[in-house]
Amino acid sequence: MAREQGKRASILPGAAVLAVVTAYVIAILGADKQNTILILFGAGAAVVVLAGLFGLLKPIGRSFAAHETAFNWLAILAMLLIAGVFREEHFVLLLLVTLMLYAVAALGLTIQFGYAGVVNFAGASFFGIGAYTSAVLTVHTALPHLAIIFLGGVTAALAGAILLPPILRTSGHYAAVVTIAFALLFRSFIEVNDVLGGPQGLHLPGMQVFGWSFNDNITVGRWDISFYMSYFLLSLALLIFAFGLVQRLERSWIGLNFDALRLDETAASCFGIGVARWKAVAFLLGNMLIGFAGAVSGMVAGFVAPSNYTFADSLILVSILLLGGIGNAWGAIVATAFVVIVPEKLQTIQEYRFLLYAVMVILVLLFQPEGLLPRPVRRYFQS
Amino acid sequence: MDAGLLAQHVMNGLMLGMMYSLVAVGFTLFFGVLDVIKFSHGDVLMVGAFAALAAYTALAGQALSPWLMLLAILAAAVVAMGLLGMAIAQAFVLPLRTAPALNTLLITLMLGTALREAVRLFYPQGANPKPFPALLPKASIDMGQFNLRADNAIMFAAGILSIVALQLFLKHTKLGLAIRAVAQDEETARTMGINFTMVVLITFGIGSALAAFAGVMNGLYYNEINFGMGLLLGVIGFSAAIVGGLGSIYGAILGGFLFAALQTIGAVAVPFASAYKDVFAFGVVILIMTIKPTGLIREKISERV
Repeated sequence: MAREQGKRASILPGAAVLAVVTAYVIAILGADKQNTILILFGAGAAVVVLAGLFGLLKPIGRSFAAHETAFNWLAILAMLLIAGVFREEHFVLLLLVTLMLYAVAALGLTIQFGYAGVVNFAGASFFGIGAYTSAVLTVHTALPHLAIIFLGGVTAALAGAILLPPILRTSGHYAAVVTIAFALLFRSFIEVNDVLGGPQGLHLPGMQVFGWSFNDNITVGRWDISFYMSYFLLSLALLIFAFGLVQRLERSWIGLNFDALRLDETAASCFGIGVARWKAVAFLLGNMLIGFAGAVSGMVAGFVAPSNYTFADSLILVSILLLGGIGNAWGAIVATAFVVIVPEKLQTIQEYRFLLYAVMVILVLLFQPEGLLPRPVRRYFQS
Repeated sequence: MDAGLLAQHVMNGLMLGMMYSLVAVGFTLFFGVLDVIKFSHGDVLMVGAFAALAAYTALAGQALSPWLMLLAILAAAVVAMGLLGMAIAQAFVLPLRTAPALNTLLITLMLGTALREAVRLFYPQGANPKPFPALLPKASIDMGQFNLRADNAIMFAAGILSIVALQLFLKHTKLGLAIRAVAQDEETARTMGINFTMVVLITFGIGSALAAFAGVMNGLYYNEINFGMGLLLGVIGFSAAIVGGLGSIYGAILGGFLFAALQTIGAVAVPFASAYKDVFAFGVVILIMTIKPTGLIREKISERV
């Protein structure tokens, strides 16, 4: 035991990196001059490249891996710290909320794509189904809003269930086409459906939980806090839930089943793994997470419209997964942060973001097909 | 419904089917030689249509007769897309041969996005729909409610001609033989001294040239093109190719027309829901994949179920 303890990596490098990253994110979010932001992004990229060249990334990665639980808590603390710094800034908090909701959606896709190998090119559609569900239910029913968020996820999963027969009967390219067709179908359906508001979409009132209205600014002592803080905490809770779920799923025997059927369906079924059943579980569970995120996003934005849930948005979700390294939950979150924050802060590339992501994914596929942060080898024992 | 109106619908369906077939044939060709799905195919079609439009703008100053003009812009689009298709095969598809099939799918999907976005951002006012010049004669023969428009008839004939030419090329030339050999058994073909890379490049060139042809046809038929048109045509063309059984040219053509027929029947049967035309089309795609994932004309070896 003593020797094992001695080999265990120190917590310090990881903690230092986390502190630096937190400070860096605060600096980026706080900067408002385009030149400052450009320099900050350049510096960040340079530091990562240099650290890679000098072999500093390995010990940091070991440090993270050795103290996983501690770092999960520290990461939550870091998020709260960032939110605390920007407690009065509507825009920054909204950006963070968007980031976290997208991260939840990316985690949902990770279950499907990364673990079970079920392709889904309609991520944004299921996000949209969650959002539209929350819009319709808040306007037309008096259900409590937390229940509505839950129902948003359930509806997305149910909509996914319609796609199950074709997805289970086909694989690879063919399953991909089914989801692509669904993405295009969904977009064109909500665009022409008058009940759902057509191209204009629907408006929905702010959220209320136990009589506490989310759209009022908060005053605590002498602090004025933006009303987005409520949404921030809600999204953070959702993200923690999703991340915990995904991480536990990966470690569990269910995750093992997923891995087995992704790597070799025939072999998996020879060992008695119900391929269809686990594919269905992964697909529905993933869509449910995406639906939760979508439902919250609808409430945060206050309106839902078809143009937010296009095929291009689905492709962005897939890009996030690829950039982060398919199946790596932390990678997905880091990639989401990159994909959400960069175009918001660098206004010049806002217009070019789809093109930029497409080119980046092409480069990753050509030169680093495992993604920028490849999924680590499965750990069977807690160290 | 009287015969004239019916004939009108049949004509519309045939035109639509011809365009779908041309796209589907491309998918089938690529799948034949390389067993890959090139998702950027629809966007190549769109770029082809824009290339034709750009050629038209460039030549508008010259006083060319409409026929000569049409020939010129068609040639420009076909040649440019043929080259683009080869470049895509060389740079993006061939390097990923050993990678999982999903990576090829992703890279071509992203490439399609890149092409689409590039046209939207960099073509002058590319984000708006563009009027496409009507270069074919506008004469028409009226038969009751049905009028046979000369331009439609010419386009349809040209489409058939191009498919027949492709078929003759594949059946009766040495290069066509090489393509069929690679499609049948790549390794044996290689040992017989066939230049595999060249065959793949030429096939991608031909398929993309056909897409350019379909793109120009689409522009002439609707008199309008936009940067997003490729996505829809690509997905429908791909579904048509699957319905017909990937790898079979006749199957692709059959699938294209079947698809157009379904869409037309859907539009006629539920006229009040014509806004749901695309919803119906994609619903049918999903339905067909559910019922018959192997296609109507089976491949010899089917691995997908």
